[in-house]
Amino acid sequence: MAGKRVDVARLLSELRNKYGDTVKVEEVAKVVGTLLATNTGEMAGVSRKIYTELEALNRYIQSAKAEISALRPDEVKDEFLPTATGELDAIIAATAEATNAIMDATEVIETVADALEGEQQDNLMNATTNIYEACGFQDITGQRITKVVNTLKEIEDKVDALVSAFGDKIDKVKVEKKSEAAVAPDDLSDADLLEGPQMNGEGISQDEIDRLLADFD
Amino acid sequence: MAVDKKMKVLIVDDYRTMLRILRNLLRQLDFRNVEEATDGTEALQKLREGGYGLIISDWNMEPMTGIQLLRHVRGDEKMKRIPFIMVTAESKPENVVAAKQAGVSNYIVKPFNAETLRGKMASVLGEF
Repeated sequence: MAGKRVDVARLLSELRNKYGDTVKVEEVAKVVGTLLATNTGEMAGVSRKIYTELEALNRYIQSAKAEISALRPDEVKDEFLPTATGELDAIIAATAEATNAIMDATEVIETVADALEGEQQDNLMNATTNIYEACGFQDITGQRITKVVNTLKEIEDKVDALVSAFGDKIDKVKVEKKSEAAVAPDDLSDADLLEGPQMNGEGISQDEIDRLLADFD
Repeated sequence: MAVDKKMKVLIVDDYRTMLRILRNLLRQLDFRNVEEATDGTEALQKLREGGYGLIISDWNMEPMTGIQLLRHVRGDEKMKRIPFIMVTAESKPENVVAAKQAGVSNYIVKPFNAETLRGKMASVLGEF
């Protein structure tokens, strides 16, 4: 029994040397498996209960590994999160552009108001003041969106850690999914066609659309 | 004493649109001598040139925040008497308390309107 304890200690020491304190889930499963294998013949009473618990833990880890790998955390990190972040950044840019366009026009109105007098001037100036006040929405929405983007970046870091822990397993799921895609039909579904509005540089311009349509004539 | 509307005002915000809004609202209040900075560091550089009568600053900026700018200003013999109005979306009581402890002259929560801006300016500069 003492010899077997030494083996497990050596295994743990090797793991710590190789991975530090962040050990891959697969390696944890190996340790549990080793524990089960080394103790099988000597179980009785309380030890048998521990054995059963360890066996259940092993099954749970294997099942969790399979389920998490199937969720494709690498896809969440590499595709979904950057897409969501990009869309939010685009909202900030678009609202800033629109706000500046509104203020360009308002400043012209203000210049015209300067040339007027009395009630007309007052009314126009009040209207321009109201527009400037309302333009403050861009600052508030921008700050709120920035908070969401920062939260997404935190999620990205956590998913990154998950991908590292499940590296080999996820690679296997990736390969399986690729081979599935190879036999899938090329036709795009209606849902596949609903991905707009496109980001700058991703879609085509109105001129290009016109040319494309003209090709069908 | 009448407020000198020709005084140099420094507005600080990392959102260009907010700087433009503030500049326009100040112009409508007849304060036309307005300088801009996009964070505390740039603001300090401008303040060291001297001659400012009022600072209107956002809180949430990088690398130097509005509260850090305020502490720098209040800790500098040449700048410490310049009125400092914080204009920010940070509306928790602890924010207001921290700003007050750092020596803020007044505090405006975004979104704000022109009358609020005028009222807070009047409270630190005198009626105009």
